[in-house]
Amino acid sequence: MIPLSWYLIFAAILFCIGLYGVLVRKNAIAILMGIELMLNSVNINLIAFWRYRSADGIAGQAFAIIVFAVAAAEVAVGLALIISIYRRRSSVVADDMNLMKW
Amino acid sequence: MTPEQIIFLIVAIVTLVAGISVVTSRNLIHSALWLILSLFGIAVFYVLLDAGFFAVIQVIIYIGAIAILFIFAAMLTRRVMQDTGPQSNSNWWLGALIALLLLAGIAVVLVNWQGFTSLAPELINPSERINQLGLALVSPDQYVLPFELASVLLVAAMIGAIFVAGEKKQ
Repeated sequence: MIPLSWYLIFAAILFCIGLYGVLVRKNAIAILMGIELMLNSVNINLIAFWRYRSADGIAGQAFAIIVFAVAAAEVAVGLALIISIYRRRSSVVADDMNLMKW
Repeated sequence: MTPEQIIFLIVAIVTLVAGISVVTSRNLIHSALWLILSLFGIAVFYVLLDAGFFAVIQVIIYIGAIAILFIFAAMLTRRVMQDTGPQSNSNWWLGALIALLLLAGIAVVLVNWQGFTSLAPELINPSERINQLGLALVSPDQYVLPFELASVLLVAAMIGAIFVAGEKKQ
């Protein structure tokens, strides 16, 4: 039997790897990949808590489905924005996108 | 160690190494391929957690749709970042520090929680869950409203993506 702690520790490490990617990468597409890793670790947590704490209900799984839908929407809009910016400015480096910088 | 634990450890190590490669790899296409490996590892975790349906939609949605979208975007924007020069900004040590601090904070919160090492209760009739989930998503007194909101969000996002990325006719 696998204790709940293993899943939680794994998800925490994966979340921090994704956070590091979001904070550090220059390429905007790579930043979106970091966000994907973070969303996935959250999903692992949701399913693990469902399985270990409230396996009779279905709330955890329904929540995870919503996270899936939001992740798909986020990636579609994010990549569309990046491609649009690339078309106008020929760059996907996050530092170059400073049009609205104060 | 039970076979389940050995599988968990192997998959966890593979997934974490793939995750680190995603955020450190110089070539964006390689990053996307490592991301696919990492997403496969998470699908294995869903199987271990008796949520086989999620393993299937993980493969279909994340690997089949989202990872392919990433590869397409990487190919469409390939000319600018030709794998030369630094791929991370000058504050990478600050990012690493924030990530490690967050990890430490999560660890402290988790260790102080009583249910941290609890074991899974017996799951009666796991195949019944898919049926239950399907009914819950369309039942008016359960999750039909969030489900419909997610659908509207997806439609709005797709229309928005087409509008933003589409060629403007002058």
